[in-house]
Amino acid sequence: MVQYAARLDTSFSALSDATRRGVLEQLVRTDATITELADRFHMTLTGMKKHVGVLERAGLVTTEKVGRVRTCKLGRRRLEEEAGWIERYRQLWIARFDALDEVVEELKRQEKADGRRKR
Amino acid sequence: MDAGSDRQAGPMKHRTTAERTSERELVVTRTIDAPPRIVFEAWTRADLFQRWWVPKSIGLTLLSCEMDVRVGGTYRLVFQADPEPMAFHGTYLDVTPPSRLAWTNEEAGGSGQITTVTFEEKAGRTLLVLRDLYPSKAALDEAIASGSTSGDMNETFDQLDELLAARG
Repeated sequence: MVQYAARLDTSFSALSDATRRGVLEQLVRTDATITELADRFHMTLTGMKKHVGVLERAGLVTTEKVGRVRTCKLGRRRLEEEAGWIERYRQLWIARFDALDEVVEELKRQEKADGRRKR
Repeated sequence: MDAGSDRQAGPMKHRTTAERTSERELVVTRTIDAPPRIVFEAWTRADLFQRWWVPKSIGLTLLSCEMDVRVGGTYRLVFQADPEPMAFHGTYLDVTPPSRLAWTNEEAGGSGQITTVTFEEKAGRTLLVLRDLYPSKAALDEAIASGSTSGDMNETFDQLDELLAARG
């Protein structure tokens, strides 16, 4: 519980800054290099590196360096949250559609019986 | 129709897909073993709708279900909840039997998404495509962040999670 609270706290402080929230929104759309992010938010490379560092420590962003270019993408935690949510959403629909199958089978049987009666 | 298919034990299960297709849209697909007119009927008659929209496995108690299925007509589902009953309501935007239905979701605390369902005939079966379109990317992100998958139905999912966990 304490650990969870500490993690939550890191997230909240990471998200308390408008630029960092902007960076996250940007990364939802597509991965980006530090240089691209710095350009987009009219910031120095050093300034953007600091922001990305904060997001990285909060688990919201991961970075990977290939050659001299560091690419940022959404962190696993954020992606896992979304994937987990969509899976639960899918489970709700599975339960609904399984029940719908039964209602539909009943309607089909009824229609068939009515058809026989008419003949 | 041959006698063999009559004896089939229960309806055939098809795969349900769900994905976020854009910044503000979720899409669910499923094939149903019946022509669109039957699926449409199950979706638009309150006595049938409440039997599957609130499946037993969800463990929620539906107190009432009113549906006035015509363009501009409204629906209202009231669930038993603590401390007071919870209402889900909205307005039908499109009612085109048997191929299309659309409605708003206006429940308190809801994200204001518009749900559109199309029923497409495929060799006697129905390909059902349901789209939840949120007013903005932020609204869908918020719905995901809140953990609730249907307005304010956190509890629903806790129960569903328990059920799924129990099933192993």
